[in-house]
Amino acid sequence: MLALLVAQNIAFYIIAALMVVGAIRVVTTKNVMHAALWLVLVLSGAAAQYILLAAEFVAITQVLVYLGAIIVLFLFGIMLTRAKTGNDDDLDNKKSAKFIGAGIGVLLLGLMSFSLIDGFKDTEFGDLTVQRTAEVSDSIFSTYLLPFEVLSVLLLAALIGAIVIARRD
Amino acid sequence: MTLLLASFAPPYWLSTLIKVLVVSAVVPTTALILGMVFLFKIMSWMQSRLGPQEAGPRGTLQLLADGVKFLQKEDIAPNGADLWVFKVAPLVVLMSTLLLYVALPASMHLVVADLDVGVFFVLAISSLSVIGVLMAGWSSASKYSLMGALRAAGQLIAYELPMVLAVIGVVIQAGTMSLNGIVVAQNESAIFGWSGIGYPYILTQFLGFFIFIAAVQAELTQPPFDMPVAESEIVSGYQVEYTGFRFLIFFLAEFATAFAFAAIAAVLFLGGWAVPWLPVSSDWYYVLGPIVLFAKVMIVAFIIFWVRFTYPRFREDQLQSLAWKVLIPLALVNIVVTAVLKVVL
Repeated sequence: MLALLVAQNIAFYIIAALMVVGAIRVVTTKNVMHAALWLVLVLSGAAAQYILLAAEFVAITQVLVYLGAIIVLFLFGIMLTRAKTGNDDDLDNKKSAKFIGAGIGVLLLGLMSFSLIDGFKDTEFGDLTVQRTAEVSDSIFSTYLLPFEVLSVLLLAALIGAIVIARRD
Repeated sequence: MTLLLASFAPPYWLSTLIKVLVVSAVVPTTALILGMVFLFKIMSWMQSRLGPQEAGPRGTLQLLADGVKFLQKEDIAPNGADLWVFKVAPLVVLMSTLLLYVALPASMHLVVADLDVGVFFVLAISSLSVIGVLMAGWSSASKYSLMGALRAAGQLIAYELPMVLAVIGVVIQAGTMSLNGIVVAQNESAIFGWSGIGYPYILTQFLGFFIFIAAVQAELTQPPFDMPVAESEIVSGYQVEYTGFRFLIFFLAEFATAFAFAAIAAVLFLGGWAVPWLPVSSDWYYVLGPIVLFAKVMIVAFIIFWVRFTYPRFREDQLQSLAWKVLIPLALVNIVVTAVLKVVL
């Protein structure tokens, strides 16, 4: 068990460092395709962190939805519209926009760290138990059945709306 | 020997190291086996190709000749290429293949990670290779590559859906998403009280099997679904600018993925590593499991490659309408029927 915890901690810091580097490069790179690829690193790092937290269902959903679908659509869209290699000089924001962005970033960091520290208090990393996928699905289809169904109707409505907007005739 | 294997329980770091080494040895081996047996032997017999029948005794040295050829070639990149992305792209494709092997069970305990949601994991990971394909197509700075990558992305997204939907029928019948659980369910259930051959789900999920194999064929961008790498119009699609070892990595990844998907099909529909008249808890499966699974994989792979060498290419619109208008509705009907029968019976 101890070896597992050591491995977990080492992996956490390596992945976290990669994610921070990736996240900074997403906003500083001058090439929109590179930004999307750095985002791949950040999102797969998040999936890896979920696995370290023993939430395998969330991790795999993250891979399927964000990496397999959303990023692929990003790349697809970028390649269809502007596919040039090399730097893009008009990609940067104005100075004022940068400061507002940085302010929002700091605010979010403070809010998230407060809620995490407040929420978990002294709970240690090793105490978390593995969340079996069967338990997740049991609670979705019993306790949270109504919100789940409402959400799926909402998504269906969004889907139909997108088709209606995209159709020309 | 089986007892020795059963009692082998190494510490965490050692077992991790062993798992990494085994996967990185198994992946190229399976790719070479499929390449040797199907690409060189079966295809050359079917299409009367002379080389693979003549090089060495009974053509066994063709693989060596091709391997040396790839290693000798110079590693070049096009002038306008985005070097960094260009060089990483084949590795991204290979990485998604390596991850596929993590969840594949060769027997109850011979599996890298026995996940609760093995099926879900495999389907999610298999969609990652698209990122590598798009990277390769974009960074080559060539319009043929770009066209190929766009076609590949469109095709892979379209055929991801029927593949996922086809598997759901099996998951409903087995009542679990764990790959080992599905094998056990097929081994232990009986057909109307007769348990002579267990209950391979291909009997009831034949439609699912058909859709799954068709979708696998498309995911591998093999003929008849090879629009993304169509030689006659866009040369070789996203692979066109790659030479030598980097091209070899694409090649290895394609065949290792074919093997992995054949293994998943064998697990889902043909009973996986188990044989019907031996209970799944038997220690014999430490030795027998991989052999049984390999035999079933070769059967499924033969179907995949048989189709590959036989049919001409689909047109792009035919290919898309086959996915959206035929395979997805069929898969949905299959899910509804399976779910109703599961509740009724």
